[in-house]
Amino acid sequence: MALKMVKGSIDRMFDKNLQDLVRGIRNHKEDEAKYISQCIDEIKQELKQDNIAVKANAVCKLTYLQMLGYDISWAAFNIIEVMSASKFTFKRIGYLAASQCFHEGTDVIMLTTNQIRKDLSSPNQYDTGVALTGLSCFVTPDLARDLANDIMTLMSHTKPYIRKKAVLIMYKVFLKYPESLRPAFPRLKEKLEDPDPGVQSAAVNVICELARRNPKNYLSLAPLFFKLMTSSTNNWVLIKIIKLFGALTPLEPRLGKKLIEPLTNLIHSTSAMSLLYECVNTVIAVLISLSSGMPNHSASIQLCVQKLRILIEDSDQNLKYLGLLAMSKILKTHPKSVQSHKDLILQCLDDKDESIRLRALDLLYGMVSKKNLMEIVKKLMIHVDKAEGTTYRDELLTKIIDICSQSNYQYITNFEWYISILVELTRLEGTRHGHLIAAQMLDVAIRVKAIRKFAVSQMAMLLDNAHLIASNTQRNGICEVLYAAAWICGEFSEHLEEANQTLEAMLRPKVTTLPGHIQAVYVQNMVKLYASILQQKEQAGEKEAAQEITQLMIERLPQFVQSADLEVQERASCILQLIKYIQKLQVKEVPVAEEVIALFAGELNPVAPKAQKKVPVPEGLDLDAWINEPPSDSESEDEKPKTIFHDEEQRHSKPRHPEMDEEELARRREARKQEQANNPFYIKSSPSPQKRYQDTPGVEHIPVVQIDLSVPLKVPGMPMSDQYVKLEEERRHKQKLEKDKKKKKQKKEKRGKHHRHNSLHTESEEDIAPAHHVDIITEEMPENALPSDEDDKDPNDPYKALDIDLDKPLADSEKLPVQRHRNAEALKTPESEVPPVEKKSKKPKKKEKKHKEKEKDKGKKKEKEKKHKKEKEEKSKDKKKSKKKHHHSEEEMAESVQNGTLDDEPLPPMSSYRLLAENPYIKTTYDIQGNLQNDSQVTVSVIFENKSTSFLKSMELNVLDSLNTKMLRPEGSSVHDGIPVPFQLPPGISNEAQFVFTLQSIVMAQKLKGTLSFIVKNDEGSTHEKLDFKLHFSCASYLITTPCYR
Amino acid sequence: MQFMLLFSRQGKLRLQKWYVPLSDKEKKKITRELVQTVLARKPKMCSFLEWRDLKIVYKRYASLYFCCAIEDQDNELITLEIIHRYVELLDKYFGSVCELDIIFNFEKAYFILDEFLLGGEVQETSKKNVLKAIEQADLLQESQMSSSKSGIEYPSSCRTRAALKVIPPTLLHWAMMSEADGDMAIEVEPSHQYSITFYCRITDGNRRAV
Repeated sequence: MALKMVKGSIDRMFDKNLQDLVRGIRNHKEDEAKYISQCIDEIKQELKQDNIAVKANAVCKLTYLQMLGYDISWAAFNIIEVMSASKFTFKRIGYLAASQCFHEGTDVIMLTTNQIRKDLSSPNQYDTGVALTGLSCFVTPDLARDLANDIMTLMSHTKPYIRKKAVLIMYKVFLKYPESLRPAFPRLKEKLEDPDPGVQSAAVNVICELARRNPKNYLSLAPLFFKLMTSSTNNWVLIKIIKLFGALTPLEPRLGKKLIEPLTNLIHSTSAMSLLYECVNTVIAVLISLSSGMPNHSASIQLCVQKLRILIEDSDQNLKYLGLLAMSKILKTHPKSVQSHKDLILQCLDDKDESIRLRALDLLYGMVSKKNLMEIVKKLMIHVDKAEGTTYRDELLTKIIDICSQSNYQYITNFEWYISILVELTRLEGTRHGHLIAAQMLDVAIRVKAIRKFAVSQMAMLLDNAHLIASNTQRNGICEVLYAAAWICGEFSEHLEEANQTLEAMLRPKVTTLPGHIQAVYVQNMVKLYASILQQKEQAGEKEAAQEITQLMIERLPQFVQSADLEVQERASCILQLIKYIQKLQVKEVPVAEEVIALFAGELNPVAPKAQKKVPVPEGLDLDAWINEPPSDSESEDEKPKTIFHDEEQRHSKPRHPEMDEEELARRREARKQEQANNPFYIKSSPSPQKRYQDTPGVEHIPVVQIDLSVPLKVPGMPMSDQYVKLEEERRHKQKLEKDKKKKKQKKEKRGKHHRHNSLHTESEEDIAPAHHVDIITEEMPENALPSDEDDKDPNDPYKALDIDLDKPLADSEKLPVQRHRNAEALKTPESEVPPVEKKSKKPKKKEKKHKEKEKDKGKKKEKEKKHKKEKEEKSKDKKKSKKKHHHSEEEMAESVQNGTLDDEPLPPMSSYRLLAENPYIKTTYDIQGNLQNDSQVTVSVIFENKSTSFLKSMELNVLDSLNTKMLRPEGSSVHDGIPVPFQLPPGISNEAQFVFTLQSIVMAQKLKGTLSFIVKNDEGSTHEKLDFKLHFSCASYLITTPCYR
Repeated sequence: MQFMLLFSRQGKLRLQKWYVPLSDKEKKKITRELVQTVLARKPKMCSFLEWRDLKIVYKRYASLYFCCAIEDQDNELITLEIIHRYVELLDKYFGSVCELDIIFNFEKAYFILDEFLLGGEVQETSKKNVLKAIEQADLLQESQMSSSKSGIEYPSSCRTRAALKVIPPTLLHWAMMSEADGDMAIEVEPSHQYSITFYCRITDGNRRAV
């Protein structure tokens, strides 16, 4: 052996250690992969050796390689070997490796259960510590279930070092095994008042994390936390507690009122920015939850805003960022108080840090009013021009649209201005948000009737200048606006002045380079246009002109018939035939315009985005039922109905990366829209902005002038939005003057005052009348639509499982599983068997006195209870007959709850426990388990349950040994001596003791007779009682149970 | 906290600690993505960014980036403090720590982290206690190993060490509380105050600023 050791250490000298490996990798920069594969081969050799030091070294190296990105899952078993090393040095490395590379999918992880349990109960606190740390990284539901009880025991460990770790890891256990929360919670709560500040802070951490997810279950803890908050000086703890209150207050507004004062005090006094920030955040949350009725409500908001202003003005970028972030939270409920800091926020738009600019943009959303919208947007437009990098510019673009379109275009007074802003935005090269602009154009044109004439003229201009927009169609998202332009021109063609010219523009050969879905819209809408021109000409009696236009269509349409895009081709050929037919009729001088225009008759009304969802399902209609048998093949790719709903949902959820590539998505959407547009029975939904973020593919900046140098950058005839700003000002000024006049007439005496008032430029929002009479059509909703939205909660939320009511008493079935047979190692000798049991019995002992007092006080009450209990017992007995498995009836649990013994070691949950014997005083059940360590021993666990109202003590268990089976007795005692049960039983309490038996043969079933003797002590005195029983050893009971893992 | 990553300016991962179970593939993907994003940021930018549904808090110490992912409601400043605290711990343990210390003793760096954080939560707010625990565990290790390894000789090729400059809390502009009996001071230092100095360390331990 010694030789082997020496040999091992000599071997080691020639092995690479970690430092050599790192050095080697650094020296082989060119052929790193080759070097590492060589090293891995060496490591594999090392792992085959017996020497644990060599193995540990190898595992250590593997951990390093894992970090470099190499797969080491093949070594999982070796890692477990190193974990189970007896020396701390190796164990530490083993656990480190495990924590780095084990995850739920690691199959060998189930082999670690016993090892971890052993380490958890190790006398060396660092062994325990390292096991807990490791476990926190790779705990699985199985491990959590099997070890929950062990960890819970550690929460009461003597050393704070262990307690602290055990408390923290409980959170991970709860997440994996939610059933453990209720049994463990009382102890966790105890730890809030642990003498060690570290443990206390750990408990605060865990409860705060739990409460954040499911606050309503933790409301009852609020007073305790309030006390902690006012007494604690530890900022780490304070932050957590304050965060917790932030989660609780929405549920309990009264709490909020109480909180405001200490929180504002903290805000005033603390110098720690993190604490200040947390306080401000929570105060905001509190104020949001308090709708009204707070006296110094505005004072605290003002304080928050002031403090945030200080943060934003700080030169530190981090604080600036956070200040803006918190400000945006205030904005939602108290826009007024934020609006006064508009200057500061606009200033942040010029910050050199992009993330700060983005935050400031978020805030702008809430700062706009009817009065300043144009001004703010103008500023943003300047930024758009200046912005480098497409990401930021795209963000600006979406923000402009968001700001303008918010709450149903509430702040827009002049839609002509808005349309021109949109048209100006189309000049952005390389933006990906063409569809967004298009959607806005469509929405405004459809919903604001008054603007249609203007919109159509602008769109016609866009179509005319399509070559500028669509210079690079394939990569340019902006050409999407042509889709909107074509549709608007077609649909509202009656407003077109130069319809012929627009039709020509749409028929240009260049159009065929546009994406298919846009061409399809072109084709469809040129027919609308054609129809209206035809009607116009016919009414005017210009037959030749009408025939000319038909001829033009027939000449130009074939270019679309040849399109590679199916949609375009199909529509074009269909329409071509139609027009040829019209031509025939025209030649015969038949008036056709009426019939052609009838193709597109009727008006489109906007429909609310959620309207479809809200149509109530008629009674008796089962939407999930199959109409036909489901098709067996999976080929059906008809995803259209799906995508419709998918789209609708996305609008309200956070922006996420589209799963399909953009083109595909766009094509589908367009196809759908097209389909809807064609369907005369379909009421067109109003497109609403849809945010989408994409990874930017680097800077794709394509200069505008690239195509045609003679074309000026400013598209001729395109209005500049700026001019509207001036116009608007003038208009307002006029309005004001008019009003002034009126007022002057009305109140001549107060003229002076009014004049000053007006010159101060303090007209209220309502004073600004919109330029045109704008009637925004509200979106239609189906009749008897469902009033409320269902919450779209994520069913996969991992924290949902922890939504557990903690105030309910613990039911029997919820007890943590205790796997006794694994403890068997501790039972090798009867002496060692006793300690764990004794620990358990301590608590009941402590409670003895209390119980006695209680009994005296409430003697009469108890009697009543007793009667009641007996009734229940009878019932439960009946149950037992039918279901032998449940020996711990619920009534028993309820009793123990009354006695406050919740924290006692939980009993095994379900059981293989069988009835041993029973009398009015006591009931005993037992279970037999094989011993893992010793083949010739079995452990009998007996649960003693005191059914009486008396105190049971001096219990002694004795068995008549047979030849085959003998009870293991302490050395020196004779075979006739009984073994004392190491605890006493107060009324209603049950506890468990274990006895070890040795046996010769496992193929013989045995029945051992035995007696339990005990003393019953009550108010009348004490009596000696006996209970005979038969202990039945079946052959099966010698089997060792092993947990099964899937 | 969901995870912590340490990587160099060159984008090499130096340390990773995951507090949420993820498959290796996902981890690699996240790491790659984050390293790229963080390295692309300019030095004057703030230390926070939104990434997927998480918040990323990072900080640069000399050539090393410390990067943490926290959840939506978590406090960014306290995360910065955690990072700083960890760097201080490394600094105390190694004695003016540098990237090489972490490369060559990566397991030690993990052990320190494990004593400081557990399951993504701060476990011990007192620096003294963390170091004590580590020292005692090390002692246990030393006594078990017959041949104790004293200080590691770095290979000659990498003798120059660029120390991570750690500012003592007293120099910070809002050093918060005194570290009374191991209790929790919170310091958040503004990044602009954070001058990064490089030191060259010659083997004899003399330092000169570059």
